[in-house]
Amino acid sequence: MSNVKSTSVEVRLPSQLGYEKVAMSTAAAVAKLMGFREDRVEDLKTAVAEACINAIEHGNKLNDDLSVGVVLSTGANALEVKVIDDGQGLKTLPPRPDIDKKIHGEEDPRGMGMFLIQALVDEAEWVKGSNGKSSYVRLVIRLDVNANAD
Amino acid sequence: MQSETKARVDQLTSPAGHNVTALRFEGDIASTSKDAVLGSYQALPKDTAKLVLLDFTKVDYINSSGIALVIQMLIEAANSGQKVYAFGLSPHFTKVFTMVGITKYAGLFPTQADALAAL
Repeated sequence: MSNVKSTSVEVRLPSQLGYEKVAMSTAAAVAKLMGFREDRVEDLKTAVAEACINAIEHGNKLNDDLSVGVVLSTGANALEVKVIDDGQGLKTLPPRPDIDKKIHGEEDPRGMGMFLIQALVDEAEWVKGSNGKSSYVRLVIRLDVNANAD
Repeated sequence: MQSETKARVDQLTSPAGHNVTALRFEGDIASTSKDAVLGSYQALPKDTAKLVLLDFTKVDYINSSGIALVIQMLIEAANSGQKVYAFGLSPHFTKVFTMVGITKYAGLFPTQADALAAL
């Protein structure tokens, strides 16, 4: 990406499940342009999809009148993705999922989205919006310069 | 917007002579896939379908809601004395299934032949 000018791409999604795939495809296209390896592109796609699903389901509560903003900003060696909704943001991060507890009925089988986001990108932070709106999750995935030089 | 999930059941026999029930999925595996994933599994006869093999070869997209459906299936299988295996996941989703711990309760294999050879 060092020879590509820093830029940003914005996508606005309806608050309907399934449209996260539009953000996934856009993020993948930008990451490929930047030179990310295929495995990192796949990591980013899942992280972006999960962030959008959370925004659609929990942030905007599937309200058709609200949309989810996705802003991709390219840097010299990193791609930042902000997924913005109209919810109040997270009070606390959920605990790491425990498969044994899930199998034994001691934990909800769901609730792995945020774990996947944190595990698949280099940085993830959840920011509460002012006035209880425009909360966002910010993801950063960095180019592995050495690996890409191989 | 999500592509419909299709499920098909096949009866197989492993080289060791065991009866194996394959559940072949196609499309996205997401929150809308409950009937295809859990419904098709729950329709299997619990007394004869003791080895269940999930085929993800034609699945391109699995999200956390889809993974939760697979975990619900594993919960029911554990309670019914069934063993579940899977094959055909992409390298990325093999990594994701490993990260969330599914491999502790369902063996993953690259291909159907690899899975059957191990059963």
